[in-house]
Amino acid sequence: MNLEELNALATSERLAQAKKRHHIHVCVGTACQALNSEQIAKALQAELKQRGQRNDAEVKCVGCPGLCSLGPLVEVESRVNGQATTGVPEEDRRRSVLYQFVKPEDAAEIIAHLDGEPVKRLETPLDQPFFTRQTKIVLENCGKIDPERIEDYIAAGGYQALMKVLTEMTPQEVIDEITRSGLRGRGGAGFPTGLKWGTVAKADPNAYPTNVPEGIQSRKFVICNGDEGDPGAFMDRSVMEGDPHRILEGMAIAAYAVGANHGFIYVRAEYPLAVKRLRTAIRQAQRAGLLGSGIGGTAFSFNVDIRLGAGAFVCGEETALMASIEGGRGTPRPRPPFPAECGLWGCPTLINNVETLANVPPIIMKGAAWFAGIGTEKSKGTKVFALTGQVAHTGLIEVPMGISLREIVFDIGGGIPGGRQFKAVQTGGPSGGCIPAQFLDMPVDYESLAKVGSIMGSGGMIVMDDSTDMVEVARFFMEFCMDESCGKCIPCRAGTVQMHRILTKIQEGKATQRDIQILEELCDMVKHTSLCGLGQSAPNPVISTLRYFREEYEKKVNGGQRPEAGSQKSVVSGQKSELEVGSRESESSKPTAHSS
Amino acid sequence: MPRTLTINGQEISARSDQTILEAAQDANIRIPTLCHLDGLTDVGACRMCLVEVTGSNKLLPACTTRVQEGMEVRTDTERLRAYRRQIIELLFAERNHVCAVCVANGHCELQNAAIAVGMDHVRYDYIFPRLSVDLSHERFGMDHNRCILCTRCVRACDQLEGAHTIDVMGRGAKSLIIRDMNVPWGESTTCTSCGKCVMACPTGALFKQGSTVAEMVHDAEKLAFLKAARERKVWNV
Repeated sequence: MNLEELNALATSERLAQAKKRHHIHVCVGTACQALNSEQIAKALQAELKQRGQRNDAEVKCVGCPGLCSLGPLVEVESRVNGQATTGVPEEDRRRSVLYQFVKPEDAAEIIAHLDGEPVKRLETPLDQPFFTRQTKIVLENCGKIDPERIEDYIAAGGYQALMKVLTEMTPQEVIDEITRSGLRGRGGAGFPTGLKWGTVAKADPNAYPTNVPEGIQSRKFVICNGDEGDPGAFMDRSVMEGDPHRILEGMAIAAYAVGANHGFIYVRAEYPLAVKRLRTAIRQAQRAGLLGSGIGGTAFSFNVDIRLGAGAFVCGEETALMASIEGGRGTPRPRPPFPAECGLWGCPTLINNVETLANVPPIIMKGAAWFAGIGTEKSKGTKVFALTGQVAHTGLIEVPMGISLREIVFDIGGGIPGGRQFKAVQTGGPSGGCIPAQFLDMPVDYESLAKVGSIMGSGGMIVMDDSTDMVEVARFFMEFCMDESCGKCIPCRAGTVQMHRILTKIQEGKATQRDIQILEELCDMVKHTSLCGLGQSAPNPVISTLRYFREEYEKKVNGGQRPEAGSQKSVVSGQKSELEVGSRESESSKPTAHSS
Repeated sequence: MPRTLTINGQEISARSDQTILEAAQDANIRIPTLCHLDGLTDVGACRMCLVEVTGSNKLLPACTTRVQEGMEVRTDTERLRAYRRQIIELLFAERNHVCAVCVANGHCELQNAAIAVGMDHVRYDYIFPRLSVDLSHERFGMDHNRCILCTRCVRACDQLEGAHTIDVMGRGAKSLIIRDMNVPWGESTTCTSCGKCVMACPTGALFKQGSTVAEMVHDAEKLAFLKAARERKVWNV
């Protein structure tokens, strides 16, 4: 498919859509699908069919619109004035209504109210801060287009960026554009994307011995890292499920820029829906000539394969991920050499996160200056967060960099439910830290988060209220890291086990001040001596909770006998914590899943 | 291209393709190692050889970091000594390393490392996992309780013998050295019984059958000899 054919397809698809007066979008992301949303879509379709005259409405299964806590979600977008004509009406007044907690039996009522007033009992306002405070770039199509139809993506302007790159720009110009945009890696570390692309583009494919399997023609590779594993994080899953073509387009642009002809998407096998939609997308793109050889009538060829992760968190680490694609055990190796010089099968390899690649097509279409105008001085653009925990609105949000934590938690998230107080927010998953209330007004960007002892991470954001036991939080994440350590390097393999033991001892009331000291020494050692990012960041939840909530640790050791136990106040708190210790011991005598 | 660098203030020269560890060995500067073995590729796993390099905010493994012109390396700072001692303590606490009843007592690299770092006690809880001893092979045995998962046996089997009988199963603390698809050693169809894994083992995890306490002397140097003989046709004894 060349540019003219692409444009023709986009126009005809838009015309077809304009003929419909009502667009009923049913979320079929994993969360809503688990709540039976596919049945809702079928019921709505059946209802439309039954009322034969309703062929001015269409039901579309779409990706996640974000507000997962109110799912299943159905959005009805209607044209209020004027009948559809041959052209796309320019000045149409549109009305959108969002329905929450929809059940299949609500279908008749929703269809019956298409032209009249919305169904009040199901409606949730679209002008609430959850929607109005967001800035959608990566998620602009999620919840709007059918992820299983390439035509829908093309009608929304899809693959235009790829065509522009292939027909109007040199690879160097693409790299310069990405560099100017200030885009940084969204996988967590925030490495400047343009710099990474430039390094891979310049890398010599013959610098290291290579071992590319037969049948793969490429001597450089592009990998999309979709091995999202942080507990409570589902940003990448939602993009892969809701807008898979955007990832393919981003990868193809990256491949053109760095000179690769083959790419891999590494997805966790626990994301079956994402895998299915990516597979469908790859097949459709190949058929449309937007992947494969001679893309868009040019000489550029690019193929994409999917590789499934077998359930190891560490495979999100780039060197472990490549080892896994090569068919080996998913264990990291020391860098340098970095993947940009010596990556997959010894070839220069570009590894970018799903969200990073999803940012690429809009940057190409709207320009680096537009993107650089969003966000802060050093962190440009937006960031997708998976907002979970003790917050009224859990779900997927996309906000400009530099927004404050307070805006995220209290405006977009709707605050803490149940009349409880905010205590902390955990960012960056098991590699991140807990940020206490005193930093609520801090801007969310790479540098600020690092300054308070956390990280941007891939975008998990867990809100905790005043009932949260911070030592338990630290213990939970340490258990996760202990279970997910690959076992290659000793500090991570054995250090996480010992740290977890000490944290468990503290929770059981069996620890002493000396244990806290040993714990702190271990944190320092594991952080500075581990081989890969998993071990280097595994102590972060402990370090940050010790830094901001040390009194919770102190209360639990030695039955509350703190060194300064002379004052009236600490004696009281000491007695109180003895009671707590007693109740904890009785709890811990119950067998737990982990006690083996 | 020769490079000059300083290690602990001492000026030394090295080839550009040498690692810090190799350059240090040439200059008779000892950097402690466990997973390194001359003749095998390095994996940077044990973290014992971490060194401080001026200008790098991270500690670098000497075994996989190439020398650079003007590099200032420190191998024996108080911080590194503290980390190394912690690593050794973690290993002693991880499985079962009771030297007094070990076949490798007196010939064990873990024991030597513990003496070198001055480990007089272990601060951590002993885990003592319940692990098996594989005596199904007619000549060799494997005691998983003594294994430190350095993967020297895995690499010796793969890189020198070429059989790749041995690999690692599981992950984290549950990692286990296995043969073929986790079959008893004696039932392995790929093992050539060459004994290179036994030579490579730094502890008493791999041993010749019939050895009793302190009798198991590993012959690790033979692997470097073998590699030089095979690849460069050099038979220096």
